[in-house]
Amino acid sequence: MRESPRQELWVGAFVFVGLAAIAYLSIAIGGLRAGGPGGLEIVATFDEIGGLKNRARVVVGGVKVGQVKSVALAPDFRARVTLDVDRRLELPTDSSASILTSGVLGDQYIALEPGGGEEEGAKGPKFLAAGDEIQYTQGAVILERLIGKLIQNLGSGSSKNDGSDTGADGAISEEGSE
Amino acid sequence: MSPAAGLGALGAGSLALVRNLGHFTIFSLRLVAAGGQRPWRGHRLLREIYDSGVLSLVIVCISGIAVGAVLGLQGHNTLVRFGAEENLGAVVGLSLIRELGPVLTSLLVAGRAGSAMAAEIASMKLTEQLDGLRMMSVDPLDFVGAPKASAMILSMPLLATLFTLFGIFGGYLVGVVVLGGDAGSYLSTLQDAVRFSEDVAGGLLKGLVFGVLVALIATYRGFTAQPSSAGVSAAATSTVVIASVATLVSDYFITALWGY
Repeated sequence: MRESPRQELWVGAFVFVGLAAIAYLSIAIGGLRAGGPGGLEIVATFDEIGGLKNRARVVVGGVKVGQVKSVALAPDFRARVTLDVDRRLELPTDSSASILTSGVLGDQYIALEPGGGEEEGAKGPKFLAAGDEIQYTQGAVILERLIGKLIQNLGSGSSKNDGSDTGADGAISEEGSE
Repeated sequence: MSPAAGLGALGAGSLALVRNLGHFTIFSLRLVAAGGQRPWRGHRLLREIYDSGVLSLVIVCISGIAVGAVLGLQGHNTLVRFGAEENLGAVVGLSLIRELGPVLTSLLVAGRAGSAMAAEIASMKLTEQLDGLRMMSVDPLDFVGAPKASAMILSMPLLATLFTLFGIFGGYLVGVVVLGGDAGSYLSTLQDAVRFSEDVAGGLLKGLVFGVLVALIATYRGFTAQPSSAGVSAAATSTVVIASVATLVSDYFITALWGY
């Protein structure tokens, strides 16, 4: 068998490049992470979550800080969503969570809005800790219901002047832009 | 032909099929046993990886770029009709990672390396080299078969991943550079859509299974070839045909069982 060092070099390069490709595909594109910047689990209960899925983004001011860990039905028939966010995040206990849609038909995500930190603890304002529940929540806006409401309004107010029309339109654009 | 003769032919065909499958299974088990034996044939394995892995790199990379570029064009053409052309990265990436990367790589490698492997073993049999090895009490399965098969099994997932990456690059070339799409949304939709456990792991599993299939079929066809020049060419041809069909059929079952 003719085994030249050149051949060994080629095989070594091939295996190395192949393994590097697998690693790149798994980590950079596939999003495989050992742990990652999660660690703080908080709970939020919504009336309506629309199309919110596991692993949906959780953002503060548009910056991703975590993801949705699980969605379950609470005993009072509301949706109980567990969020996995960066454990370094210090959110005041009066923060609020709302489900928003990116774009008109895009994915749904959860936006956290830090509160004013009014609730004082022993040392300074109190922050959300693991397992805490966010008190102030706003569920998803369901487009079909809005349209249904709009049609109802238009139907009942068809004889009225244009004022009610613009009112209904205004309501949509107001809620849609949230 | 009388009905009885027809039935007889059917029965003979079925028996031959079952006999062939049985031979193939026994051969595979013996090959695995031979591969597990010491001494490890490290140098033989290296040479075979060079033959079936390194020498397949060029064809795999070029085909990957071409397939990715076509996916970019076709995907763009389709997505524009829905006004969703920024999702091109997700379309190209998911099709390549889950399906096209492993399957097309397997077809290419079966054609390039699998046929060569079967023809080499068959011509070694024709020129009585395998008998020569046996005379020196070296098991040809251990010395020739097992290194070739393990090299193929090791190379296939690596080649499939490279095909996928070059395909994503080809889609990027067409979607972003040629058609003027947004580079950021190509990559971000790709990263958003691809999940490791569902997509990447499934693709790697496919690559591994196809590698095992092509390796076993090529070595089986080589070792069981008729010792004649027609036998050598028949071994190469049937390796490509059977390995390609096995790839495509098993692809459906892996996809279904993996829970897509």
